[in-house]
Order: sequence, then C-alpha cells, then structure tokens
Amino acid sequence: MPSSACPPLRRPALAAGSVLATAALLLAGCGSKATEESTGAAGSESCVDTSGSKIKVGSLNSLSGTMAISEVTVRDAIKLAVDQINEKGGVLGKQIELVGEDGASDPAVFAQKAEKLIKDDCVAAVFGGWTSSSRKAMLPVFESNDSLLYYPVQYEGLEASKNIFYTGATTNQQIVPALDYLKEKGVKSLYLVGSDYVFPQTANRIIKAYAAANGIEIKGEDYTPLGSTDFSTIVNKVRASNAGAVFNTLNGDSNVAFFKEYTNAGLTPEKMPVVSVSIAEEEVTGIGADNIKGQLTAWNYYQTVDNPVNKAFVDAYKAKYGADKPTSDPMEAAYVSVYLWKNTVEKAKAFDTKAIQDNAGGVTFDAPEGLVTIDGENHHITKTARIGEIHPDGLIYTIWESPGPIEPDPFLKSYPWAAGLSG
Amino acid sequence: MEILIGQLATGLSLGSILLLAALGLALTFGQMGVINMAHGEFIMAGCYTAFVVQKFIANAGVSLLVSLALGFLVGGLLGALLEVTLIRRMYHRPLDTLLVTFGVGLILQQVARDVFGAPAVNVTAPAWLSGGVEILGAVVPRTRIFILVLAIVCVTVLAAALKHSPMGRRIRAVVQNRDLAETSGISSRRTDITTFFIGSGLASVAGVALTLIGSTSSTTGQAYLIDAFLVVVVGGLGQIKGTVIAAFALGILNSFIEYSTTASLAKVIVFVIIVIFLQVRPQGLFTVRTRSLV
Repeated sequence: MPSSACPPLRRPALAAGSVLATAALLLAGCGSKATEESTGAAGSESCVDTSGSKIKVGSLNSLSGTMAISEVTVRDAIKLAVDQINEKGGVLGKQIELVGEDGASDPAVFAQKAEKLIKDDCVAAVFGGWTSSSRKAMLPVFESNDSLLYYPVQYEGLEASKNIFYTGATTNQQIVPALDYLKEKGVKSLYLVGSDYVFPQTANRIIKAYAAANGIEIKGEDYTPLGSTDFSTIVNKVRASNAGAVFNTLNGDSNVAFFKEYTNAGLTPEKMPVVSVSIAEEEVTGIGADNIKGQLTAWNYYQTVDNPVNKAFVDAYKAKYGADKPTSDPMEAAYVSVYLWKNTVEKAKAFDTKAIQDNAGGVTFDAPEGLVTIDGENHHITKTARIGEIHPDGLIYTIWESPGPIEPDPFLKSYPWAAGLSG
Repeated sequence: MEILIGQLATGLSLGSILLLAALGLALTFGQMGVINMAHGEFIMAGCYTAFVVQKFIANAGVSLLVSLALGFLVGGLLGALLEVTLIRRMYHRPLDTLLVTFGVGLILQQVARDVFGAPAVNVTAPAWLSGGVEILGAVVPRTRIFILVLAIVCVTVLAAALKHSPMGRRIRAVVQNRDLAETSGISSRRTDITTFFIGSGLASVAGVALTLIGSTSSTTGQAYLIDAFLVVVVGGLGQIKGTVIAAFALGILNSFIEYSTTASLAKVIVFVIIVIFLQVRPQGLFTVRTRSLV
C-alpha cells in the first residue's frame, strides 16, 4: 500500500534478508517444537492466556521514522476502538489489554516486533502495518506461528493469507471503481503518474489492462523517484498529451510539488481532472487546498460520509485527540478491524486462531463507511467505493459511490480483462 | 518547437533552483572547504521562516519579501552559530566535520518535526505569482520565473560583493592563502564567520523561494543537499562562475533527458555523465590558481 503522507522506504533486499534471518531464528528457537509438530501435534502451541479477566491484543505501527506521520493516527484509531469496546464490557466479558509496539518504519523491525508480540506477550491478535513491505515481512511470522494480523490499509492486492485479515481496500474496491467512474464520465484517455515502487507499478499494470479492454487510450506513463520534487518536465508532458484525465499514484511530499506545478501551469480540474489514490484528508493541508481544490480522490471512506455511525466515530475521535484532527480512510479501516475481530470472537465464542478463521466468513460490522462483511475465503472485507472531490475547506466530499458494498476480489478473478495479471 | 522551448525553460528553471540551493554551498564548501551536511537543513529553516512569517503577515506578497530578508538572517545566524560552536574547532579534520554537521542536520530536522509537526505545511504563494506566462507556445509558471530572477540577483550581488567590497577581498584572500592573509593582518576567524553567515543565509533564501514550488516539511532540505553538492563539485571549488555554469548545464541536461526518457532514468544518466566528467576533469570546470604551496 502506498504510504499516504510520507514515502515508505522500500528496501526489498533488506526485507528479504530480514525474513531469512527471522526464519533462521525461528528454526533455531523452536527446533524441538517443530519436530513435535511434524510428528503429529496439530497446529503450533499458542501461549495466549484466556483464563483471566483480560485478553491481550497487540498494535504494531511505526511510531518513529518516516512512516510515523501516517501510522500514529492509525494507532490512535485502534486505541479508540479498544477503549470503546472496554467501556461497553469488553469481548466475551474480558477487558482488552492493548500492547503497543513500534515498527520504526522498518520491515525488519516489524517482523521482530510481531514475533515478540506473539511469543513473549502472547497476544490473541495484532493490528497494524502500513507499507506493503512491512506486511510482506510480517506475513511469514504470522503464518509460522499461526497467529492473526489485521492489516488496515488499502494495497495492491494479489495476496490472501489465512493468517491476515485485510480491512483496507483491494484494487477492485478502489482503483477499478475509479476507472469505472472515469469511463462513465466519458474519459477517453489517461496519463499515469506515480512514484517509482511496487504499489504504483502494480496499480498501473491493472489500469493498463482495464484501459486496453475498455477502449481507453494511455497517453503516457511516468514514474518519479520517491521524494522527487521537480515535476515541470512531467507536467509539460501531461499538458502536451491532452489526456482526458490523470491517474495519480504519487506518494508523500511529491504530491505537493506535483499539484503546485500542475496548478501553476494553468491545468485545472475542468480541463484535466487528476484522480489520486494516496491523498487523504491529512495530506490536503500540506498540499494547500487552493492547489488541489476540485481534484478527485478514490477511497472507501471520507470524514464527511453522512451517516450516524460515522458522526459518532468522528465526534469520538475528535473528543479524544483534538478538534483539528481529521479522520481518514486508513484510520477508519483500523478502527473497523478491531470491531471485526471482536465480532468474530463473539461469534466463535473463542479467541484462538482456528476458531476465528473458521467463523470469520460472514461476520459484519456497521462501520462508519457503511456495512462491511468479512469474506471467509480471501479474508478481505466488502467495501463501498467512493469518489470524492476535494473542497477548499480541505475536506473531501463524496460525489459518487458504488451502489452497495463491493465484494473483495484481490486476484481480480471476476474481471476477464485482468486475466494474466496475477501471474 | 513548443516542446523545445518548454524544456529549455524547464531546464533553465531547474538550473536556477540548483543554483540557489548550491550558491551558499559554493561559499562554505567551495571557498572554505567545509563539508556542511546541515546545509539542507538551512534550506529547510528558510522554508519554515516563510511559513512562520505568513502567520503574522496575511498578505502573501509582502510576507514573501519579508521572508526572503528574514530568511537570510535566520539561516545566517544558524550558520554563524554552527561555525563558532563546532566547525571552528575542526577546520583540519574534514571527516569529523562531515559527521558532526550530519548530526546537527538530524537534530535540526527533529526540532522542526517537534515544533511544526511531521506532516508537511503549506505556504501560500502570492496571487501575482500564480498561473503561468506563455512564451512561444510554452507555458512557464510565474513562480519559476521569480526563482530564476532571484537566483540571478543573488549571484550578481554575491559576485560583486566578493569582487569589489573589502569584505569580499578578505574572503578571497583567506581562501587563497590563509597564512599569508593572516600575516597581512586579516582576522581569518572573523572572515570565516562572515563567509559562513553569508553561505548559510543564502541557503535559507533558497528555502524561502522553494516553498513556492515544493513542500515544506522536516525533510525538505535533504532533497536538495546531494544535488547542491554535485553542482559545486562539477563547477569546481573556489569559483562562483563554475557553480553557475554547472547548475544551468545540469538543469538543461536533466530536463531534456527526462523528457525523452523517464524521471528515474534521467537521474541515473545525469549521474553517469557526472561520474565520467569527473574522471576526465576531477577538479571540476574551473579551479582557483594560487601561488600557495599547499
């Protein structure tokens, strides 16, 4: 997933190294247990203590480093959900005890801390992660320990682990609806601008496949290094292309430079709208609402979503963290993830991984974004897609939403044009 | 033709940004030989000066002009403070200077994060700088023309000051032969502070101008630091002329390569060209010839 506010430093080599190192540690640390398992015991031993009046869960977010900007707000949303649940009597009569850890914006640290939360703190589930590299680093840890991770950020899809619940959007709940919207508006050609790493590249592969099948012309495709600050050449190219719209998968500070250049070059939302998938309420302030008003975003949730559940959520968040703090899509998804875990536990009447996996399918929660339901097969959730327009007050208002919650399809199996993408 | 003009304008603009960012460094690194890794944070100090000034002066145009002047002072004072407290003690230990100033840079970043918060803040550009000007079919944003003019003004004033003012003569004397300058009665300590004051002040002026086109966050300065060093190294140490030519050459080269390839690839190609260039001419475009024995 794209970091929205700050560039995630992706270090694939390092991440791979750390995974190997973790795996090696695991092998060394639980050699005896592994043998036991292979000789018959079903599943690994869990040390989760369900006997007392409390149940431990973990939160694992970057509280330091470059991703802290975005992830601290996610941690705050998780805390809010836990506090609310505890006030109302907890889960199966037990108060939730939240063990917080810092992933330090480093995939290797995420893997270590996940290991610590599972093995030393014996938590029943972990909530957190943001960048795709952090998720990929944690995945083997959760699978080998047979524990559970709730990952709350929209991401590039093409993944489904039985040990991860994905409460952010996958591509068919964010990017595909955005393309449907543009097509409906009569956009005939697109220009793709993105940061140079995994999420934009994958997203653009999907966009190109969609465009090829729907007669939309791709006028150009440009990537800039993360943190890039000079967009005059790209804006010149975009202007010369006369494309119907721009699809923006840029990340972090680059968005500021891009939109300032775009506006100053005389390009307007009327002439050539820009659809962004990584700009939420918090980022609009940094870009300056004047430079981005009228442009479009694609998410599943905005602070302005009009329903009583969201009103209560926004009020509770502002009461706890300050009236000037906006709520955004990843925060909402994190808040929802805690409630989905609670509802699943109550349905399963147990805290163990197997029971939760078996009972997750069909579990619902009346979320601020609308009703969400867990898909028991791929562990993603149904989500309502929303196209929003950025207003001068810095908030994003829904101008189009999908008729109902969209079924998650992380591998885009139900889309004929996407055949061959997941390979 | 339109594209040619557009890219030429982009190149000149990029060159002027590089020049502004590198000009201060041309003094502190080029003239004094101090590898100041906190230079980027002096640029950032300029960005935040513009942000703070805008809180007090609502008129964006007035606040921009006030910020330019105030930014020079803020950056200059920070630089002078750094010189007096740390750099002075390690003039003959370049590696230590590098590490110490890198540390100072990190501290300044964290201070900015604690004071202004981690997310980027926005500095509003004045209305007379919004939009663009059409030149032979290509649209050049007014902000970029402003930065180009500002860079030219800064270079001209700096060059004139170095050449004609007594202070400039003292700076050049100390650069060319520190010992001889001292025996001639020039206080090299005082000259060092002055040079550092001006160099750091120029960095902050660049920072104020960069708020017009980029973001203002704690890491803003880092985006320009490496490019600034490259410009000074390619231009050759000790000569402002070299810095000017190198900045525009790199800017134009980058804009044309980027247009025909991609942003990431352009960066790579430009780096390769610089590496090859430095193999052929390790001293850069221009060097100072002195009669000194060292």
